Amino acid sequence: MSQMTMVQAINHALRLELGRNERVLVLGEDVGRNGGVFRATDGLMAAFGPDRVVDMPLAESAIVGAAVGLAMGGMCPVAEIQFLGFIYEAMDQMASQAARVRFRSNGRFSAPLVVRAPFGGGVRTPEVHSDSLEALFVHTPGLYVVMPSTPYDAKGLLLTAIRTPDPVLFLEPMALYRSFRQEVPEGDYEIPLGAARVVRAGTQLTLVGWGPVVPVMEEAAERSAVSCDIIDLRWLSPIDWPCVLASVEKTGRAVVVHEAVRTGGLGAEVAATIQERAFLSLEAPVMRVTGYDTPYPVPLLEDDWLPNLERIRHAIKRTMEF
Amino acid sequence: MVGTPPNVAEDHLVDWFRWMITMRTFDQRAWNLQRQGKIGTYAPFSGQEAAQIGCMSALRADDWIASSYREWAGLAYFGVPLVQPLLSSAGHPDGGCMPESLNVLPIQVVIGAQLLHGVGLAWASKLQQQGRVAMTVFGDGATSQGDFHEALNLASVMKLPAIFVCQNNRWAISLPVERQMNVRSVAQRALAYDIDGFRVDGNDVLATAQVMRSVVDRVRQEQVPVLVELVTYRLGAHTTADDPTRYRDAGEQAAGAAADPLVRYAAYLTAQGLLDAAARARMQQEAQSAVDHAVAELERRGRVDAWTVFDQVYATRPAQLEEQRHELQQRVLAHRADGAGGGAR
Repeated sequence: MSQMTMVQAINHALRLELGRNERVLVLGEDVGRNGGVFRATDGLMAAFGPDRVVDMPLAESAIVGAAVGLAMGGMCPVAEIQFLGFIYEAMDQMASQAARVRFRSNGRFSAPLVVRAPFGGGVRTPEVHSDSLEALFVHTPGLYVVMPSTPYDAKGLLLTAIRTPDPVLFLEPMALYRSFRQEVPEGDYEIPLGAARVVRAGTQLTLVGWGPVVPVMEEAAERSAVSCDIIDLRWLSPIDWPCVLASVEKTGRAVVVHEAVRTGGLGAEVAATIQERAFLSLEAPVMRVTGYDTPYPVPLLEDDWLPNLERIRHAIKRTMEF
Repeated sequence: MVGTPPNVAEDHLVDWFRWMITMRTFDQRAWNLQRQGKIGTYAPFSGQEAAQIGCMSALRADDWIASSYREWAGLAYFGVPLVQPLLSSAGHPDGGCMPESLNVLPIQVVIGAQLLHGVGLAWASKLQQQGRVAMTVFGDGATSQGDFHEALNLASVMKLPAIFVCQNNRWAISLPVERQMNVRSVAQRALAYDIDGFRVDGNDVLATAQVMRSVVDRVRQEQVPVLVELVTYRLGAHTTADDPTRYRDAGEQAAGAAADPLVRYAAYLTAQGLLDAAARARMQQEAQSAVDHAVAELERRGRVDAWTVFDQVYATRPAQLEEQRHELQQRVLAHRADGAGGGAR
């Protein structure tokens, strides 16, 4: 065990899997000599060589499209899209190609690739670097979507993702890359596909969120007199509904929190499923705390736009007083 | 047909013609099947048989093919059963399930997307030292796509055994090549990537086969990509949903028909003493029977249970897909039971 940041834990997972499985290769923009713009792939090219850790030309569709071909051809590519906001350039290869290989070929072929992408707000980026686009991919059958919020989860989830026989979008919250350290095992471990994490046990209200908002939900619960159950979904596709529903049946109240824009966001799916399946347990409507329905704001505006502590506390209060 | 004939065994020469006849017969039958409502949208390839069969003739049995939806003549020659395009157009789930023995990707319809898959497959072959080449086949329309550039650039940078074959049939649905590109050939674009580019009369099966043989050998040996433009002509419509008289004139159609590769190749084989009327009639009969066999096979496949739609989305069905599958299955079975038990309400 050692204390690691999330970005170190990701590096650990990649290193471990490159060493364990010769079919694994890492490809992306600036992932080799430069070690990635966030250093997530630092030292990997030196350790495994330029055939295993590949600096790609600046072309997102080529990165994902070639990874699809590599995967169909027997390799396990882990591709990086430098910022999730750039993935629209590869949208066809993600949604119409990677996600459909198994379905289109009726099981004759599969595309076991991972696409890693940093995203998320609060770090003062230029335009299009911060957008939370998870809902687009959760809306794409054939893909798995996962988002860690801790260093421990980042390593275990990435190992699971690489070993999953279908394409996985692995979303890395930039704000959490170095925000704290945690004990992370040096060795191999996986976190089961589709399993949410109960962050904190409470009795009066369920907070459901994922990725960068998880520490914010924790702080809100910490400072609140209300006893909150906190669920970090981790896997956004598929969602761990038994975990969410068991919590809501216990507490009778739920607030869903995400950074992505509100309308059509995954919070709507969570709220809809709770009312479909746990209606009689509910004491109050399910509230959402999300980004607003605008393009992601410029840095000087983002702190108030994000689902921050104040907005989550307000939602908890309104739900309790309903 | 001019120039030195290639060094090809006589039975190959005749075999290519047999396949051209078979696939022309198939193409016409498929068009009719669509008109009879037995299959759905179909993209005919008549006029491109020589280019398709010629380009596949040089491949090894384990090479990769990532093609467009208009390559069935070449794919059939390569070993894909004739029922496959019928299953595909009929909307059967097995339409994309190519035989296990062949490394042929299912057709996909986003123009140009398969070029990058070809690049990845060539890369995988190189990394695993399998000695396979990856042939990607696409139309002239695909050369306007960003993926065309990204694929050729990446293959060149990474020095991958990828063969990019452009079936230039002059038309991207209604857009002629002059409106697609301001260059005189697709092949010249190879210069931009510092790779070899060839422009071949794709309606000459011998020329196509000869060029492709040297290209495939070179790509396999030297592990470099090559771009080949096969100049051909789409005699028919874009698909069964298209009416080409809206955008091209009768004169051009007639000129295209005059350059029909079957007519040209039949004249060549006849002059060489390799084909006579009796042999041709026999081939035509065999073609008819092969096509009949494929149609019968399509009809034998029968119905597929709707709930199998969930079975190949993931290797293992997540819980929510399992629930949805169960719901659909129960609903369909209940409906069937109603139909069997009660008849009309």
